Amino acid sequence: MSQGITKTLDLKGLSCPLPIVKTAQAAKELQSGDVIEALATDPGSVADFAAWCKSTGNELVEQSQDGAVFRFVIRKK
Amino acid sequence: MATEEMTLSVPVHEHEEHAHKKLVIIAWSGDLDKVWPQMILATTGAALGMETTIFFTFWGLFSLVKDNKRITGENWMQKMVAMMDHPGVDHLKLGKMNFAGAGPVMMKKLAKEHSVASPGELLQLAVDMGVKLVPCQMTMDLLGLKREDMIDGLGEPAGATVMLTESQDAITLFI
Repeated sequence: MSQGITKTLDLKGLSCPLPIVKTAQAAKELQSGDVIEALATDPGSVADFAAWCKSTGNELVEQSQDGAVFRFVIRKK
Repeated sequence: MATEEMTLSVPVHEHEEHAHKKLVIIAWSGDLDKVWPQMILATTGAALGMETTIFFTFWGLFSLVKDNKRITGENWMQKMVAMMDHPGVDHLKLGKMNFAGAGPVMMKKLAKEHSVASPGELLQLAVDMGVKLVPCQMTMDLLGLKREDMIDGLGEPAGATVMLTESQDAITLFI
């Protein structure tokens, strides 16, 4: 499902808190309803993205894993 | 009758919004192993959309001194403190296992290998994300630190009263 993705963030190799910080910074630049695809390798990002979405009200539309890479698809609130 | 009074004070709204929207970090320590979490939590707070403030006091204030300032202070005692505690966020020591500077060097090397952002990088990110950085006026006077000794992007120096007032409806962390 690559259609409708507004912005892809390559966060591979980054550690806490950068995946979330960079995502929040990118989200700030986008409009409500825009979709972010975030690719991360930090295993902690799985719980962090879930918590961040829950707390900020952004919607975690999709989450998957391909080898060591975690993929999150988030729709901005 | 005491029971009756207590019953009255039970909150009525069971499903109100519990999420805190403010984060106040009192950055007291200037040790690398404390400044790091100060910066990690501040940037994360901002990422969560929380109105985030760091109040830098006592040894914590050295993180805000420009890295190229070696000796700060106006009198010999203040200068001695700066001699012993090299100010600036890139010159922090570890609270534990400092080993005359070998500890921080190893920590920073490990951090680089694991792509963990340095406290300095995180401090810059905090500024970019609108985290309010408030230096403690009293500590500035105590250490003889002037505004021109310190990095750009700081808020007005303030005191304990301002910080506690800010903290009233916030999560507060003392690090």
